[in-house]
Amino acid sequence: MEILVCVKRVPDTAENEISVNSSGSDIERGDLVYSVNEWDNYAVEEAIQIRDKVGGSVTVVSVGDADSEEVLRREMAMGADKGILLSDSVFEGSDGNGIATVLKAEIEKGKYDLILTGTQADDGAGQVGGILAAMLDMPYASLVNRIEVIDDKKIKIGREIAGGNQEISEMDLPCVLSIQTGINEPRYVGIRGIRKVASVDIPVRGASDLGINPGSVGKAAAKVSRVDYFVPALGKGAELLEGSIEEKVEKLIELLKSKGGIK
Amino acid sequence: MALQIFAYILHKDGAVDDTALEMVAAAGKLDPAASLTAIVVGSKTDAVCNSLTSSYKEVWKIDNDALSYPNSEVIRGLLALVIPKGSVLLIAHEHFGMDLAPGLSVKLDGTYLPDAVAFDGIEGGKLKAVRQEFGGQVSAHVVCDISGGAVITIRAGAFRAAEAANAGGAVVDKTADALAGGLPGGARRFVEIVTAEVGDVDITKSEILVSVGRGICEQENIEIIRELAKAVGGDVSCSRPIVDAKWLEKSRQVGTSGQTVKPKVYMALGISGSFQHLGGIKGSPFMIAVNKNPKAPIFQVADIGVVEDLLEFVPMLTEKINELK
Ligand SMILES: Cc1cc2nc3c(=O)[nH]c(=O)nc-3n(C[C@H](O)[C@H](O)[C@H](O)COP(=O)(O)OP(=O)(O)OC[C@H]3O[C@@H](n4cnc5c(N)ncnc54)[C@H](O)[C@@H]3O)c2cc1C
Repeated sequence: MEILVCVKRVPDTAENEISVNSSGSDIERGDLVYSVNEWDNYAVEEAIQIRDKVGGSVTVVSVGDADSEEVLRREMAMGADKGILLSDSVFEGSDGNGIATVLKAEIEKGKYDLILTGTQADDGAGQVGGILAAMLDMPYASLVNRIEVIDDKKIKIGREIAGGNQEISEMDLPCVLSIQTGINEPRYVGIRGIRKVASVDIPVRGASDLGINPGSVGKAAAKVSRVDYFVPALGKGAELLEGSIEEKVEKLIELLKSKGGIK
Repeated sequence: MALQIFAYILHKDGAVDDTALEMVAAAGKLDPAASLTAIVVGSKTDAVCNSLTSSYKEVWKIDNDALSYPNSEVIRGLLALVIPKGSVLLIAHEHFGMDLAPGLSVKLDGTYLPDAVAFDGIEGGKLKAVRQEFGGQVSAHVVCDISGGAVITIRAGAFRAAEAANAGGAVVDKTADALAGGLPGGARRFVEIVTAEVGDVDITKSEILVSVGRGICEQENIEIIRELAKAVGGDVSCSRPIVDAKWLEKSRQVGTSGQTVKPKVYMALGISGSFQHLGGIKGSPFMIAVNKNPKAPIFQVADIGVVEDLLEFVPMLTEKINELK
């Protein structure tokens, strides 16, 4: 099975406190730690496991700047066979449609049975997979937390729905799936693994290589664009306990007692 | 011509989802001059449709036995046939909306705006809206060109539900139009629902929940949470990453894709406060948050906040409580 996984380099929100810069034009990027988007990492692990079971290959692709190469390399260290970077200044400022347009151009150059994305990335939009599928006229499923290959034409999938329940469907290939966290346990990537793929060539393709009209992507074509970032004015907000850590412990115990928080 | 807004109604076992009334409010904020139509898809939906006529002037019904389970691949195809180009469709940003909406925007040649939490007016076909990014740590104003139509998902709970009014609406049967081309979406076939496993404790019944998130850092550290839960006589629950890592069972996960809990006291330890997590906490418990990041969104909703490293604070708290016993 030929599998393509779309990945994005994002600030790691578990590692960083995100704050807005003074003009509101962006978040403070100075000290941010970047990594591969959490959901995408599960998607790559799933692709590798499928390939190891039924054969084929796993390609990871990212639309981004030169720094995104590091993320592609990390996913290749996990076990992806190939990496492709789609990078061009005209892609900047793309909305979900723009990113999907770029990915579609690359996908149409190959022949993939299965295209995976993460459920969502740092902007919480959850849009690229669904838009891409519709543009490619392929069937789509979101929030996928189980994949079972039936044969080279069909798979069985589980989708996460409310209350921890799972919706099972059968799907024809080729298709696009957006992967939910928890579908597997992504393998650890050590420094040695990264070193092994350090010199593997990762082709970089721009708009003209992909046959993309620059007017159809990027800021020019974006129908959704961010004006600014801000931190919403707090409503009531929590009462923050003050004092030394011992004093906070004392105060909290009093509160817990009065609210029935200690039985 | 005035903007036409459609609201896709989620319903289950004959009951309409809370977001049906929230979308009335959202549509009013989006454009008070717009016409508003509810769309109900399913089988045997008469009761659902009739219950909406007090809030919606018009209710479109697409009803067929083949639609008894909402398969978004099927429904997307039907909606693309009946929704006029240039209009705006609203739907809740949850598992069905996320499945249906992005692709539908492509089929309708419209703009996709995901997970809106507020609207700030329209100017020259451009809608100003508010979204959240980075797990809710910051918000963003976005401008969205809706002049050629749009599909917009709405965060549940973000728009205060409109009072049930007396719209005196009419139900219009659109089934024939929607099914004119047959049943689409055959490439994805619904098989069954596998219901969640029940765990050893039912956290939906707990009065005190000691809930742990990714801030716990290591699996071994879960022990300090168990000890605190024991000291206060509560149960251990958690956020999703803890379940994804297989450190606790799925039945202990609080949130939209886990359990809905309604304790008296909820302690959020190393939990950032994503909307999917908070969506599983009902009944306004007394909420205490311990987080080392003073800007964590959880502090916006908690009653009491403690800005500390939980690995240090929690064992101290447990020890002190045990001493007092
Ligand atoms: C469709 C969908 C459904 C979802 N359903 C759910 C759901 O049902 N339930 C759910 O919980 N999530 C759900 N999520 C995931 C959700 O979006 C968040 O990713 C998740 O809730 C984050 O969990 P967290 O707060 O534990 O981790 P993080 O967001 O990583 O937060 C960890 C927090 O711990 C703090 N911290 C770190 N170290 C320490 C320390 N030593 N001491 C004190 N504090 C510390 C950090 O400052 C941070 O605020 C869902 C996501 C999607 C897309």
